[in-house]
Amino acid sequence: MMKAPNAGKVPGTQHRRLTLLTAIGLLGAFGWLVPHETLAAPADYQRPELRIPKDSTLTPERIALGKALFFDPRLSGSNWISCATCHNPALGWSDGLPTAIGHNMQVLGRATPTILNTAYNKKQFWDGRSPTLEHQALGPIEAAGEMNQTLAELIPELKAIPGYELMFERAYPQEGITDKTIAKAIAAFERTIVSTEAPFDRWVSGDESAISDAAKRGFALFEGKANCAACHQKFNFVDDGFHNIGLPSTDDPGRYVLVKVDVLQGAFKTPTLRDITRTAPYMHNGVYATLAEVIDHYDVGGVNKSNLDPNMKPLRLTASEKKDLTEFLKALTGAPLEITVPNLPSAF
Amino acid sequence: MRWYELTLCYVFMAAAGVPSGLAAEYEIDQQDKTFMMNNAKVERFSIKVGDTINFKNLDPWFHNVFSLSDISTFDLGSYPQGQHKSVMFSKAGEAEVECAIHPQMYMILEVKP
Repeated sequence: MMKAPNAGKVPGTQHRRLTLLTAIGLLGAFGWLVPHETLAAPADYQRPELRIPKDSTLTPERIALGKALFFDPRLSGSNWISCATCHNPALGWSDGLPTAIGHNMQVLGRATPTILNTAYNKKQFWDGRSPTLEHQALGPIEAAGEMNQTLAELIPELKAIPGYELMFERAYPQEGITDKTIAKAIAAFERTIVSTEAPFDRWVSGDESAISDAAKRGFALFEGKANCAACHQKFNFVDDGFHNIGLPSTDDPGRYVLVKVDVLQGAFKTPTLRDITRTAPYMHNGVYATLAEVIDHYDVGGVNKSNLDPNMKPLRLTASEKKDLTEFLKALTGAPLEITVPNLPSAF
Repeated sequence: MRWYELTLCYVFMAAAGVPSGLAAEYEIDQQDKTFMMNNAKVERFSIKVGDTINFKNLDPWFHNVFSLSDISTFDLGSYPQGQHKSVMFSKAGEAEVECAIHPQMYMILEVKP
């Protein structure tokens, strides 16, 4: 039976990268672990500290305000779309659609990314154009195709709601209702939307019964033959990087619009794999409905080979290996966050 | 070659931005998605005009190195573990150097006259 990554503890090897397959083979034969380059040590899967700006610390009042704003459709020009319309907690903080639907029912070009664990991301949006959650928060509100609201209209609208005056004053005393406090409050709420403990985490902690043998074999593939860990790394299974993975049905230039370097043509941010069973369909254009389709995409080394990320290569996985990988990915889903929908301040 | 011919040669090479024998070459590693030198993170590094930096990828995935700065525009492309690519800096000033794939791998290079 495959051991959890920390099961064969050897002093001084905790921070080394080990190949599980090699290690398992040699554990039986020689009783020691052999340093290699692909399997992350258990410490690599520990939950990292949240990076919180000094001027945007978390308080219960700020989180409560951010939550109200997040669920409030009055933040949109139509007063009909809230952040939660697309980032729906009942749908893995996404919308279950291939690509988002915005103002006036426009079908947009990219999928709604989950906001689960986006607090850990070093860049926000699929193309990474925002460096912080505070910077990101106002983008979709102001985007004509999304919530279609101007801040010049929104701020007086919120000021006219007595409940919000009070909530802003409690959260940000004497700062008022401004673009900055709106953004900070939404960011504060988003920093609370983090993944819960998944079966994979319990296995990493040493509970051998937490995941199936198939999932354990899938993890070895993930780190080894399937090369998923070239990009999906550490606790959040991201590399904070941008890759063109050769998706079909897209001519979106992705991050190249921001950074004119050839490798970024068609490149998008590596998304988290946490709670992945709740965030279908997959990819920035929502082209795959199931995890099986995603694995088939990687198995052939990507479909559209132009400007393909050099980490992509045909994998030649067997049918049972594909099933094992799927079982591993399922083990990354934890219990859903318990969220109560807030009562919003009334207009009078 | 007489002494004045050699001097003239150096003057022409310097004027053309060609590195003379005095130019230095430095190795900067790409490790754990970080620019490193002698196992320490490099966020800022000073060199002189004509010096060369050799960027070596020690990670088991591809890295890129590029700069779109006023003093230097280059894209060394993407290369795997164990490979290295070098670039010579021929103008003074500051250059932001980054991996396009992993933008947290970022440093400022100060090129002194």
